[in-house]
Amino acid sequence: MARPKIPRKSTSVDMTAMCDVAFLLLSFFILTTKFKPSEAVPINPPNSVASKVAPENDIVMISLNKDEKVFLSTGDSKLDKDTKEQILNSLNSSKGLGLTPDEIQKLKRAPFLGAPLAQLKQQAMLSTDQMTAENLPGIPCKDSANNQLIDWMRAVNDAYQGRKANILLKGDNVAKYPSFKNIITAFKKNDFLKFQMVTNPESVPEGTDLWKSPRKKEE
Amino acid sequence: MAEMDTSGGGHHKKGPGVKKAKKLSTRVDLTPMVDLGFLLITFFIFTTTMSQATAMRLSLPADTKDPNQQNKLNENSALTILLGKDNNVFFYEGQLDPKATNFKASNFKDIRDEIIRKKRNTDTTFMVIIKPNDECTYKNVIDILDEMSINVVERYALVDITSDEDKLVRITEGSYVPGK
Repeated sequence: MARPKIPRKSTSVDMTAMCDVAFLLLSFFILTTKFKPSEAVPINPPNSVASKVAPENDIVMISLNKDEKVFLSTGDSKLDKDTKEQILNSLNSSKGLGLTPDEIQKLKRAPFLGAPLAQLKQQAMLSTDQMTAENLPGIPCKDSANNQLIDWMRAVNDAYQGRKANILLKGDNVAKYPSFKNIITAFKKNDFLKFQMVTNPESVPEGTDLWKSPRKKEE
Repeated sequence: MAEMDTSGGGHHKKGPGVKKAKKLSTRVDLTPMVDLGFLLITFFIFTTTMSQATAMRLSLPADTKDPNQQNKLNENSALTILLGKDNNVFFYEGQLDPKATNFKASNFKDIRDEIIRKKRNTDTTFMVIIKPNDECTYKNVIDILDEMSINVVERYALVDITSDEDKLVRITEGSYVPGK
């Protein structure tokens, strides 16, 4: 009995379709990736279950890095940058810092402000690349007698006259509590009683009250 | 799919002497290209951070010097959590008794059960008082505040630690230096 001949089929698969899919996905990921701009002040924030995305406009961010240096920054929009100029102008006049308009412009472009009031002139002389956490001394607020963040927050209050400022606090995991407390004190002294802390998202543990409750959207 | 029509119409009349060129297959093996594609995809998937930073809200009470205006607290419905160094957590219920018999050690894993237990056993006046000492980190404070939202504790306060409590925490941790 002769077996019917099974025609031998080629095992090579047409890869074109797969190639198309691969490159489609590739272009999607390339286009959606937003590379993190290298931060002048790197900070590892803790995790929390908070689900609200941090605001990006009208912000005043206080950063507390791992060496417990405190920095102040604003948002990247033009309005925020202008507000920063107002903050600097207000500090300049109230504290008699003697900053020239040119120096104020330079500080306005700086990503972070982190120097004692008396040394702001020196910070203005640095180039933007040099303004890193290592080079800047930070805003002094360790000592409650010389908590200059209070002055900064007062200037913020002046600049945001009538508008609502989103006060953000971004602290590093390993920063100690006293620095955090001093920052809160500076907020309190200027009646900034509501603020937000920047964290990384984390899922809610199963079985807890928050998990059981119908996930209410935070207002 | 991956080949092109190279027959050139097939209508030319080739003269005598013109050798017909051998038709080469234009089929390209795309497998390495697919490999490369997926390799890059994996790279981009891993480097992409889809998650955006979130913000946790905290409202502070205004400082009042007038003791009459300060919130009164039912002693029995309070749970005080003390934060020490190296992620140590201590807690006591109600008021700290002079011999500190109700002062207990815990950690960040077990404190949730304590909060839940106390919350179940107390009426709506339940309140958590958080007292971080100078050795604990920012992460510890955020973690415990987060614990408040995880367990839906409506009333909680961040309060300065008293020197007695601080001493107790430090003694328990074995890092107490007298006179400090």
